[in-house]
Amino acid sequence: MSTTAIAPRQTAASRVTKASTTVTTALSDTASVAWRNLLTQLRTPQALVFATIQPVIFVLLFRYAFGGAIHVPGTNYVDFLMPGIFAQTVAFGAVGTAVGLSGDLRTGILVRFRALPMARIAVLGGRTVADLARNLLVVAVMIGVGFAAGFRSPRGAGGLLAALGLVIAFGYAISWGFASLGLRVSDPEAAQAAAVPVLFLLVFTSAAFVPSTAMPGWLQAFGTHQPVDALVNAERALILGGPAAHDVLISLAWSGGLLVVFALLASRTYARMGR
Amino acid sequence: MRKAFGGVQALDGLSLAVPTGSVLGLLGPNGSGKTTTVSILATLLRPDAGRAIVAGLDVVTQAARVRQVIGLAGQFAAVDPNLTGRENLRLIGRLSRIGRSQARVRADELLDSFGLSAAAGRLVRGYSGGMRRRLDVAAALLHRPAVLFLDEPTTGLDPESRFALWDSVRDLARSGTAVLLTTQYLDEADALADQVVIIAEGRVADTGAPAELKARFGTVLFSLDFGRPEAARAAHAALASAGYRPQRDGAGIQVRSATGSGELTSVLRVLDGRAPDPVSVAVREPTLDDVFLSLTRGGEAA
Repeated sequence: MSTTAIAPRQTAASRVTKASTTVTTALSDTASVAWRNLLTQLRTPQALVFATIQPVIFVLLFRYAFGGAIHVPGTNYVDFLMPGIFAQTVAFGAVGTAVGLSGDLRTGILVRFRALPMARIAVLGGRTVADLARNLLVVAVMIGVGFAAGFRSPRGAGGLLAALGLVIAFGYAISWGFASLGLRVSDPEAAQAAAVPVLFLLVFTSAAFVPSTAMPGWLQAFGTHQPVDALVNAERALILGGPAAHDVLISLAWSGGLLVVFALLASRTYARMGR
Repeated sequence: MRKAFGGVQALDGLSLAVPTGSVLGLLGPNGSGKTTTVSILATLLRPDAGRAIVAGLDVVTQAARVRQVIGLAGQFAAVDPNLTGRENLRLIGRLSRIGRSQARVRADELLDSFGLSAAAGRLVRGYSGGMRRRLDVAAALLHRPAVLFLDEPTTGLDPESRFALWDSVRDLARSGTAVLLTTQYLDEADALADQVVIIAEGRVADTGAPAELKARFGTVLFSLDFGRPEAARAAHAALASAGYRPQRDGAGIQVRSATGSGELTSVLRVLDGRAPDPVSVAVREPTLDDVFLSLTRGGEAA
């Protein structure tokens, strides 16, 4: 009698222990893989440099070449522009996740990882975490570039930091989307070619560089109902001022939703490799 | 085991067994199914049909536990070129669940035993092909696997690196590891394997100890070149009537010998006066190609 009563409790306890071991293992393996990816990125700085050059060119183009012709009522164009640049930076930066994973697929490191008794989530977790760190670095550089171009973040450091939090969260979520892509193509260039048109569409139909009100109705309908636009609006509310809560919630909902969907999709792709 | 990719049947009912502490050589030409076999056994691929047991564990239903007892190295499993040798081994050690401090200890042990201590702090992208392969094998050994898969470990290596790697494999087998080695080279299987399985088109074509296989296919081959097909035809007839089993390919004749290179004298004596003198004569060891040709031509072994 007592044995039957005790047995399930022991099982439950050991199950809890086992689950917490699994979580610890997954975290430590993710940290190991992230460390490896960061070292690799630091030792091949070309990728990092190119990730920075593109948004810098966009700042120069839009601030100085097009900016004079774009009129945004009530604010300096550069203050309007920089939130768009931050969003664009992490959106295009996420391509790095696909390129990195497809590179690992091609070189055979992924095969080694898949034959190790490591936590399965760590390959994707370690990649996206390292890419998040890279995003932080590149966004920090872009703040510097913005300030040099006259950006003054009218609502101060608090608003700017909160906005950057949203930017990083969005970048992390779409990084998982690109993880799926990277696992499917073992050619980094193909991964890039597949990703860039979609990003262009999302970034340029959003209010990242010009107010949506200048777009025709049918384009507005698409452009204002997608995650990049939600992010840019929330950033502007935090950086330029105005009621922010609603836009921030919408952006967080997008990022959270995309993270869940993309993470499930990428994990499934990884688990099904070799079937 | 069976496995198909698209319409191509890569494995078509393949069976094999590797006892503990022994080396099984899996021989076959490109596309014969060697890598597919290793991939299934290392839990990287699922078989369409059939079962594989590694160290008592089923590779499909107990894949996670199989990964704890296997090591995989070879042509398609890589090390990271942007890490140093030591960093690679420590990383793989940590991911092999042996703990951080043990990963450090094992990494240094293995770097030492594979002759990589001096290069341990250098980035792998600056390593030679031989050093990279040795690191690759070392990376498969951090958690002291009971079963080691080596997929064409010496392809493209210079002779010295090749022999060094062979020594390491022998040591591992002596220490109780079951080794499954795939190779395209008969001499490699000969040097290392206790048992050899020859596969072709996803099936076992022949199996046995290297000595048995060699006896069956002859220890040496005489290649005689007559310059003209008619001369070769005459030589073929003469040798066949003397009880040899020559194979003619254009102006060339191949004769297998079970006894050794000394038999060349008897072969030439048979030809004396019955066929023109050969333009050139070569004595060589049978290669995998020869074995395959014999197998595909109905096993007409000497």
